[in-house]
Amino acid sequence: MIELKKVDKNFGKLQVLKGVDLQVEKGEVLSVIGASGSGKSTMLSCINGLEVIQSGEIHVDGINVHAPSTDLNKLRRHIGMVFQQWNSFPHLSVMENVALSPRIVLGKSREEARAVAEKQLIHVGLGDKLDTYPTRMSGGQQQRLAIARALAMEPSYMLFDEVTSALDPELVGEVLDTLRLLREDGMTMIVVTHEISFARDVSDRVAFFHQGVIEEIGAAQQLINDPQREYTQQFLSNVR
Amino acid sequence: MPSTLAPLLVLIMDYNFHWRPVWRALPDLLDAALITLEVALLSMVIGIVIGMVLAIMRLYGNIAMRGFASVWIEAARNTPALLQFFFFGFGLGAFDLHLSPYMIVLVGLSFNNAGYLAENFRGGFQAIPVTQFNAARCLGMTSSQAFIRIVIPQVFKLVYHPMTNQMVWAVLISSLGMLVGFRELAGETQFMASNTFRLFEFFLAAAVIYYLIVKIILLVFYLISRRLFNY
Repeated sequence: MIELKKVDKNFGKLQVLKGVDLQVEKGEVLSVIGASGSGKSTMLSCINGLEVIQSGEIHVDGINVHAPSTDLNKLRRHIGMVFQQWNSFPHLSVMENVALSPRIVLGKSREEARAVAEKQLIHVGLGDKLDTYPTRMSGGQQQRLAIARALAMEPSYMLFDEVTSALDPELVGEVLDTLRLLREDGMTMIVVTHEISFARDVSDRVAFFHQGVIEEIGAAQQLINDPQREYTQQFLSNVR
Repeated sequence: MPSTLAPLLVLIMDYNFHWRPVWRALPDLLDAALITLEVALLSMVIGIVIGMVLAIMRLYGNIAMRGFASVWIEAARNTPALLQFFFFGFGLGAFDLHLSPYMIVLVGLSFNNAGYLAENFRGGFQAIPVTQFNAARCLGMTSSQAFIRIVIPQVFKLVYHPMTNQMVWAVLISSLGMLVGFRELAGETQFMASNTFRLFEFFLAAAVIYYLIVKIILLVFYLISRRLFNY
């Protein structure tokens, strides 16, 4: 379970998260929507400790992420994260991109790591690209590579930070299909997204962020089709 | 034609080339060329290691580290290489530290290379987006794993051509070694030339050998890059 309790986060004088409370159960898919700058992406970075928080607590499987005694390297093995800019490693082949961390972080042998990588790459539909270099692939393919790379660590949770926002429109579908695949696998996911219909159809719950607070949260269909709060109604009518 | 050049031209036209002393000395010259290559290569290896450390100190170090790296880099890049050689030759002699001619050139060249390469590396580090590092950390890598496996290999590709230039530069300025009594290619050439009085022939031959060394280095570096950077 991922649990946020009264989390405050500032960048200098700017308060980006204002007392955010949130619980995500094992097996749940939560989509997070809201305007740019409302704090959605920052929340993800706080969950795996990329960003520090000023007050409050974040627990992942009962481990306090921001406690000084927490081994973040160890914790991050359980939390996969995929970014808007897919960040494939250009100097490594597709296979090596995925097999590197299982080898040097989890200590798997070269053969084991390759086997895990191959399995995940086939899973996301890149089985024919193993020896290609990422720079020769489309954005959608590179984003699926980033997903396979995270999955090869066999994480309990996956965080997606606007993973389709930098893609050409015709490539969005293949990445969203990959996310649907993960949902069928039962992966616990927090998906920050601007794809409203994806949020409605694929997630269990949707949270709407507004100026650093969760303005509204609820069952996906209900929140998207029948928002209760004024800001949520405004935002949804603007993006439709 | 300017009148001052006319006597010079006459001199060259009247000059009788004698190549036999050069042919006889060729094995010695080639041996000296190998010493040139050796000292340049070694100074590059040392320069790359120290340059990398200096770049990291200047980018990520505390005030003392930044200061140390800055002084080194500024001195190496903004003073004549010859004076740097003299510093390690005669300057240290004032403190009773006497280096052999070989060591003077090796230390001087390494000092110079490290300064120039540090700035190349610094530019390289700054060109790699921090998101590459973050993505690696998100996969559970420690910061040093992320640095060594993800950032540094990409920096090496970016600085590879400047590094090739630096290697050529190291070969060429190692010729200053003759002024601190080092018998590398230029030193050996001067020695042979003054023994035989065939200055023009010897220095022309040395220039050709330098040229060939540089061309070979460029070819080898090109072939290595083809193997290393197949992306």
